[in-house]
Amino acid sequence: AGSELALHLNSLSKTNVIKKWSKGEGARGVPLSGHVGFDSMPDQLVNKSVNHGFCFNILCVGETGLGKSTLMDTLFNTKFEGEPTQHNQPGVTLKSNTYELQESNVRLKLTVVNTVGFGDQINKEDSYKSIVEFIDAQFEAYLQEELKIKRTLHSYHDTRIHACLYFIAPTGHSLKSLDLVTMKKLDSKVNIIPIIAKSDAISKSELAKFKIKITSELVSNGVQIYQFPTDDESVAEINSTMNSHLPFAVVGSTEEVKIGNKMVKARQYPWGTVQVENETHCDFVKLREMLIRVNMEDLREQTHTRHYELYRRCKLEEMGFKDTDPDSKPFSLQETYEAKRNEFMGELQKKEEEMRQMFVQRVKEKEAELKEAEKELHEKFDRLKKLHQDEKKKLEEKKKSLDDEVNTFKQKKTAAELLQNQAQQAGGSTTLKRDKERKK
Amino acid sequence: MRDMMDMIHQRNLEGYVGFANLPNQVYRKSVKRGFEFTLMVVGESGLGKSTLINSLFLTDLYSKDYPGPSHRIKKTVQVEQSKVLIKEGGVQLTLTIVDTPGFGDAVDNSNCWQPVINYIDSKCEDFLNAESRVNRRSMPDNRVHCCLYFIAPSGHGLKPLDIEFMKRLHDKVNVIPLIAKADTLTPEECHLFKKQIMKEIQEHKIKIYEFPDVDEDEDNKLVRKIKEKMPLAVVGSNVVIEVNGKKVRGRQYPWGVAEVENGEHCDFTVLRNMLIRTHMQDLKDVTNNVHYENYRSKKLAAVTCNGVDTSKTKGQLTKSPLAQMEEERREHVMKMKKMEAEMEQVFEMKVKEKKQKLKDSEAELERRHEQMKRNLEAQYKELEEKRRVFEEEKANWEAQQRILEQQKLDASKTMEKNKKKGKIF
Repeated sequence: AGSELALHLNSLSKTNVIKKWSKGEGARGVPLSGHVGFDSMPDQLVNKSVNHGFCFNILCVGETGLGKSTLMDTLFNTKFEGEPTQHNQPGVTLKSNTYELQESNVRLKLTVVNTVGFGDQINKEDSYKSIVEFIDAQFEAYLQEELKIKRTLHSYHDTRIHACLYFIAPTGHSLKSLDLVTMKKLDSKVNIIPIIAKSDAISKSELAKFKIKITSELVSNGVQIYQFPTDDESVAEINSTMNSHLPFAVVGSTEEVKIGNKMVKARQYPWGTVQVENETHCDFVKLREMLIRVNMEDLREQTHTRHYELYRRCKLEEMGFKDTDPDSKPFSLQETYEAKRNEFMGELQKKEEEMRQMFVQRVKEKEAELKEAEKELHEKFDRLKKLHQDEKKKLEEKKKSLDDEVNTFKQKKTAAELLQNQAQQAGGSTTLKRDKERKK
Repeated sequence: MRDMMDMIHQRNLEGYVGFANLPNQVYRKSVKRGFEFTLMVVGESGLGKSTLINSLFLTDLYSKDYPGPSHRIKKTVQVEQSKVLIKEGGVQLTLTIVDTPGFGDAVDNSNCWQPVINYIDSKCEDFLNAESRVNRRSMPDNRVHCCLYFIAPSGHGLKPLDIEFMKRLHDKVNVIPLIAKADTLTPEECHLFKKQIMKEIQEHKIKIYEFPDVDEDEDNKLVRKIKEKMPLAVVGSNVVIEVNGKKVRGRQYPWGVAEVENGEHCDFTVLRNMLIRTHMQDLKDVTNNVHYENYRSKKLAAVTCNGVDTSKTKGQLTKSPLAQMEEERREHVMKMKKMEAEMEQVFEMKVKEKKQKLKDSEAELERRHEQMKRNLEAQYKELEEKRRVFEEEKANWEAQQRILEQQKLDASKTMEKNKKKGKIF
């Protein structure tokens, strides 16, 4: 037993003993007396993600002709799709292409989104709108998938924009107002990495001043650009150094020029050759380091945990979801859904009722109207009838009076005729008498 | 706008880009975040569960200060968790061990699995609620990632309780059955016992955790060899013994030492390697992608299909509840519009009808009135005519009478004259 204890204590000193309890509620640290093997967890995780493949989406915002496509080709050492666009686009459209790339054993599904026609219109007030809509649409698609009842998040192709390279024209003076407006609209939705495009047009001294001016303008306008993270000791130093070199002044080229005995990517001028990968010539290498080799995963993580969460929170609050009721008791998911649904159904029913009521009202009114009209009609005809009756009566009276006259006349006539006949008979007899007398 | 999915182009790199460093980035971040794992152990008391846990993690999880549940007397099945933080090679792991004292210990063990199911479900529920909040902060994952089920080394087969438990839990959690205290079985007995168990597991269609195949053939051979050893027969020990000059964990018997980490003595090493060194992440992924999703979709389907015809909603399970509500809203708006249009139509038609009727009746009355008027006029005309005729007749007769009167007068005048002349006697 004694030797056992000694052995135990001996092994204790060789292992990692936790001196503080950091993570988790109530988790106490315990010492290990040997190699358990869970230190392979990061490797297990890495293997799974390598097997699954990686995904990254870049959005390039900048005026036509600032070398966006060329820079992408240079960064990823390949030729992406696309013809150079003209300046006559009526609005800003976003064109995206997805590529499958592989470097050593790592597969990357890269989506490059370009803003076509940005900065070409006379009125650029709405330029940022289609960009914001596009970014939101990707968030929305993810949110819809996340909210489905039967969902497949594990195999979902994430289209959310992880990095936005904002191309600044190499004027050497300051940011254009279009740049400030656009970046301000985008900074809460995407990680913005501003870069000075075609920086071989600016001299070294001008460049330093230009960078300072841009940085101060961004600060004074409250534009939040992406900061390379400095919380992880292994990359804190390089990241903080690079942060001070922002915005990166880049030059892109897929043409190769022979320098010494090597073929390098460069742009050849009569007065010299700008070598893309020469750090004294431009910041291309810095951009590549920061964007791809060191912080690609962080960009993706920030998009998911910050920008997407913000979008999701706003969207849900818009629809009336909230986390706690006024009594500060947390709703369970079920209650929230049920409450929402009941409210919703109640609303619909109310609307239906209102519409019905409205119709009932109209019907009543119309009926009254028509009844009124009917009444009037009958009254009119009653009046006419009455008039008619009166007329008829008058007619009857006239008739009657005529008849009376006729009768009177007839009587008179008859009487007169009778008299005449009698007279005639008498006269006739007188005449006869006379004639008789005469004859005697 | 979602034209992203239309075509995926293949491209070759013509030089160094740097995203081959992504795995390192992931590695770095995961180490910084730290890991968590929840392991549940289920089995009758006395099967050496606590000892096995201590052996697996090479630590005294249960010690004098934190006694294991087997030392406490329980009347009903409890579910208890202990959380520890262990660190190795710069990697931090928050390990939660969930124990189920009292399981299978009563005389009547009906429903002794219920507290276990309740616990697993409640952890899923917690995660679901955390995931569904509007304000989501970091979501600690307390879901049970693996359940080690201890089978007593009877040598015969599974007990009804074993079958019942595994059947009820195999679609809620990754179940890994283990033969406990395997040092009471000879290799032959053990081999037969394993075959019997696997036969019964297949008969009852129990889905135990399947170690997934790996890509490389070499490892696949290894995986297949391990699959043949299922269920793993384990021995645990808190005691370190010296054997042939080596310090090993084991159980000392008069006839020898059963070494925990000796592959010929038991499958402990296999279990440890699988559980911790190679498949810990996979256990978490299966829990997240399969068991949790099952729980979630069942839960949400029940909520959102409340009071709605289930046959109608079967096809709607692929929609999010918000989208579903949106669609219902749109449908309702359309329905209302249609209803409104219909009602409007009916209304108009009725009004037209009534108006027409009114018009007709007006026309009828008008017509009758006209007719009566004409009738009257005709009568008037008739009367006029009659009067005219009468007047004429009267006038004629009167004229005639006047002539007659005149004649008479003339005649009487002549007679008078004649009389006077004496012509009349």
